[in-house]
Amino acid sequence: MPLDQSFVGRSWPATEPYLVGREKIREFARAIGAADAEYHDPEAARALGYADVVAPPTFPVVITMSASRQIVEDPALGLDYSRVVHGDQRFAYARPVVAGDALVCVNSVDEITSRGGHDFLTTRTEVSTADGESVVTVWSKLVQRGEH
Amino acid sequence: MSDILEPQTFRVTRADLVRYAGASGDFNPIHWSDRVATSVGLPGVIAHGMFTMALVGRAVTAWAGAPDAVVEFNVRFSRPVPVPDTDEGTEVVVTATVREITDDGNTRLALTATCQGEKVLSLAQATIRKR
Repeated sequence: MPLDQSFVGRSWPATEPYLVGREKIREFARAIGAADAEYHDPEAARALGYADVVAPPTFPVVITMSASRQIVEDPALGLDYSRVVHGDQRFAYARPVVAGDALVCVNSVDEITSRGGHDFLTTRTEVSTADGESVVTVWSKLVQRGEH
Repeated sequence: MSDILEPQTFRVTRADLVRYAGASGDFNPIHWSDRVATSVGLPGVIAHGMFTMALVGRAVTAWAGAPDAVVEFNVRFSRPVPVPDTDEGTEVVVTATVREITDDGNTRLALTATCQGEKVLSLAQATIRKR
């Protein structure tokens, strides 16, 4: 079953705020082996002009992957997650995520295409503070592999 | 910063994948169960694409000399990174060349990541802010 083209151009209501914890950033940084002081030590981050520890560049997926469930788990879309692989990933940053941020996500579907028996879904997530300050825009392209 | 940056090598073991699963919340079993991975046609457990991208991000921030220097970062996952259940695991090697200086003075890097000599990313690039 191809994916439902009527999802293209749709946007969803903003998610509930995700409160970014200092220990979550430290845990994520340790998990990727990133020892930079600014990910672990609030004083080092303050020296760079941030209120608390900053997150590594790919940290926003922790928030957006969860937020995008409102799209990919909608049965009407027709996505079979057992056949999905990650195709492309892109981030455009206004600033790094900082511990203490309360971040909301607005999801949209940018594109749905089919090629060679595979289906491609591109989602865009605008991540901003609850006050409306843009932090990062995240695009993910998922590939639903053909059944044959 | 020279045009070709010093390659950076990252070791990846099963323990790293378990830790990344917990930290990221991505518990897809293809990243920890050989049984599930082989049942969907993979050679065995593979690394999370976002774990590979995170390692590339470490290389980029190290080259930039600042953890907050990245303004744009994109990759295409072109091949999986199999991670054998051994103490050694596998290795991912990240390289970069300076592609251009943008009109606003930022530096655009063309990136590669290889595992066992095979490229695992394509169309990978990062833009880092002028200091």
